[in-house]
Amino acid sequence: MRVESIRLLIETKAVRNRILQQVYRRIHYGDTVFWLITLVFALVVVGMIGAILFVTLYGSAMAREQFGWGFLTNPRWYHEQDGVPIYGAWPAVYGTLASSTIAVLLAGPIGIGSGVFLAELCPPWLRMPLSVLIELLAAIPSVIFGLWGVLVLAPLFERHIAIPVSRTIGTTVPLLEGPVSKGGVMIAGMVLALMILPTIAAITRDVVAVVPNSQRELLFSLGATRWQVIWLAVLPYAFAGVIGGVMLGLGRALGETMAAVMLIGNRTTVSLSLFASGTTSAALIATQLPNREDALHESALIYLALILFAITFTVNALARLLVWRIAASTR
Amino acid sequence: MVSVVSVMNGEQPAKQPAAAPVGHARGHSLTVRNLVPFYGKRQAVRPVNLDIPPCQITAIIGPSGCGKSTMLRCLNRMHEMVAQARVEGTVWLDHEDIYAAGVDPRLVRRKIGMVFQHPAVLHTRSIYENVAIGPRMSGITRRRELDDLVEHSLHQAALWHEVQDRLKHPARMLSGGQQQRLSIARTLAIAPDVILFDEPCAALDPIATSKIEELLVALRSDYTLVIVTHNLQQAVRISDRTAVFMIDRDAKDYIGSLVEVNDTAEVFSNPQDPRTQDYISGRVG
Amino acid sequence: MISSVKASAPRNYRQTTTINLTMQTLLVVATLLAVAPLLWITGYVLVVGGSALKLSFLTKDYEAPELATEGEVIEGFPGVEHQGFERDERDGPNLDFVARGGVLHGIVGTMIITGLALIIVVPIGLMAGVFLAEYPDTWVTVVVRFACDVLTGAPSIVVGVVAYVLLVRHLGFSALAGSLALTFLMVPTITRTTEEMLKLVPMTIRDAATALGSPLWYATFTVVLPAALPGIVTGVMLAFARGAGETAPLILTAFGNHTLSFDVFGPMHALPLIVYRFTDSPFPSEHTYAWGGAFVLTMIVLGANILVRVVTAYTQVKGR
Repeated sequence: MRVESIRLLIETKAVRNRILQQVYRRIHYGDTVFWLITLVFALVVVGMIGAILFVTLYGSAMAREQFGWGFLTNPRWYHEQDGVPIYGAWPAVYGTLASSTIAVLLAGPIGIGSGVFLAELCPPWLRMPLSVLIELLAAIPSVIFGLWGVLVLAPLFERHIAIPVSRTIGTTVPLLEGPVSKGGVMIAGMVLALMILPTIAAITRDVVAVVPNSQRELLFSLGATRWQVIWLAVLPYAFAGVIGGVMLGLGRALGETMAAVMLIGNRTTVSLSLFASGTTSAALIATQLPNREDALHESALIYLALILFAITFTVNALARLLVWRIAASTR
Repeated sequence: MVSVVSVMNGEQPAKQPAAAPVGHARGHSLTVRNLVPFYGKRQAVRPVNLDIPPCQITAIIGPSGCGKSTMLRCLNRMHEMVAQARVEGTVWLDHEDIYAAGVDPRLVRRKIGMVFQHPAVLHTRSIYENVAIGPRMSGITRRRELDDLVEHSLHQAALWHEVQDRLKHPARMLSGGQQQRLSIARTLAIAPDVILFDEPCAALDPIATSKIEELLVALRSDYTLVIVTHNLQQAVRISDRTAVFMIDRDAKDYIGSLVEVNDTAEVFSNPQDPRTQDYISGRVG
Repeated sequence: MISSVKASAPRNYRQTTTINLTMQTLLVVATLLAVAPLLWITGYVLVVGGSALKLSFLTKDYEAPELATEGEVIEGFPGVEHQGFERDERDGPNLDFVARGGVLHGIVGTMIITGLALIIVVPIGLMAGVFLAEYPDTWVTVVVRFACDVLTGAPSIVVGVVAYVLLVRHLGFSALAGSLALTFLMVPTITRTTEEMLKLVPMTIRDAATALGSPLWYATFTVVLPAALPGIVTGVMLAFARGAGETAPLILTAFGNHTLSFDVFGPMHALPLIVYRFTDSPFPSEHTYAWGGAFVLTMIVLGANILVRVVTAYTQVKGR
């Protein structure tokens, strides 16, 4: 009897152990599966970059074979040579670079200045509302900037700035010469500047705010003025981050479509004057791809998209490197 | 001269006349009269009256949170840099009220230098630039003059021999003790009359601490020094006079007050105030 | 009595004081220069766009402009607004056209295109965020984070081109292609906010769950994700706001369509497209569509952003 019961006990124990083991294995198994699922979705994100690269490389194959690197420097978007159509990206690339440069030259100092103001000088009661305002403005869709630029700013700019300037300074400086056309590189750059201003201001405010107070206090204790503290202690400390913010803004300006499409005039010629129409890579793609004429035209536009992606990627990567560096050095 | 400012619980001391104090032949004195720092509406310390004699080391001791550092920062008008902070009462540097209307706090801070608790150097600048920045800000641009000033100040701070061959290196590479002596050199470079030390050794190891202490004793002959410290032994070792701040346990507002000022030897051997006695014997704190 | 403090002023004292004042003033000016135009823009959208708003603007789709009848008010850009006449000043036939339609098709289109994109994006972003937050950092997580950063900075026109090549070339312009393009732009927002929010969930909560014998996946779904839910919702709403405002990819994909359409395989209008198309309409009265569309779009985007702030502030206060 006793032996029986002991055997029974052992058996039930064994059975229970087996079940428990199975349960544990299933739980463990469940975790592995879960890890795999999340991994797959995470890789989908990486796959999206892959898709962008694949599509732009594959789609631009024809144009790349036909035009090679010369595509980048060819100063005419489209011309025919002996009946063969030839495309060139320089007008678009020039417009992209020129309008973005104007944007950064305008938005850089103003954005940095307002970021520093928010972090260093702003009275506390005003800091919160101003910060929220600037962050909300960063969320306004670019097409609305374009709308306002076309219907409000551009007519004012043309009448009160562009035409008078082109008639006075413009007669000696070719960069500002007339005739003033309806849209232009300058006005597009100005609207781009407004679009990237909140980005630059917000990042500057953030990187300046994390400068340790010891840096400020030790200069104050030497009898420094507030500006000396900002100039000699705060800005050098936050330098990499501020530049990173400006470059993120630059990246945004380079890749921005709507402000350019609506304001730059969309003419595929390069002219020196900033008051003349031009185009940008993004604008050219947006206006021509939906009405593509043939496979080569499409391929050239996708080639342009590839170039644009490469440019913005480089700028953004540099910006992030800078921001990372400051994050690492302050840690 | 024994000046004990004893403040009874909750009772405001009788206001002393804020007359210009008598000057001293050598060195510079600080005279604090009815000084009350505020953070917004919150009073940080009960009114303080304190005489800081020239060319001596005055130690300010007391438990955490009793307002020692706040009081110290009032002495060179650094307290008001904190948002919403303000000060009532006066501080005299020799014959001059540094809180008088029309006195620029910047100039006060050049006369009354300050060294902070955490060794603070300008992160982005070299050792040389860290010392030269004060003179540079006051318009000295000639290389020769700057070089001399930097060398002299580093000598004074007993740091020259350790850094003379790497003046161009980033200052943040120095050890904590060296950074603290660099801070002292930076303060000396603007030739102040008084130097305030806010727990200068709190973040340092014993060896670095003893170097700083030696340095303070050496500087005493030329400068008026005020040092806030948690370390009672440190106060005994280096200071000539000691001021004791305490929080009244019975009062519910947790506002610190100055309970005793005397020669250091007196304070530690024969404390007049029972609270001081409790504190230095380790019963409170 | 000699003032030794005042006498101690360095020789460049006045100069530094002046520079200090000048530069501080310049910083204030920079802030004004930054804020003023941005307020100018929002002011225009709110005032001009708001004045375009009538019930019919929200309930009708596009109607071709019609010749004005006599005495009818013709709206449009401020200053253009006037009454119509049978004949103009030179006694020719009046060519005033009145926009009578609304942007319902655009509102519906934006909701469909962005909503569809959200349906694709939320699982991806959520799971990828869990992967980044819950599992130890390896080179895979580094690559995924890097991919997120690259996607954040990718020009929207480029992802439009990708959707164009993948779908439009084969199926023609469609709302679905638009959603696909927006997916690329919305994924990083959701992934990174999910990651950040999960990391804010205290480790002790996970430990408590695993100490009770719960497997990680079960703990994640029943304990960690619910704890981070407000933050994740925040990310989803921000992604929605970002997607709803994008125009460039839609030009190449959804293209636009003047009638109310629910067919995701066909072209569809969206609010930003309406703003874009009618900004340079030859009929000034049709600028109403652009301003009104901009108003509705701003309300949607800013509404989402403000809601996010309120939710975040509320949960933070509650958490404290």
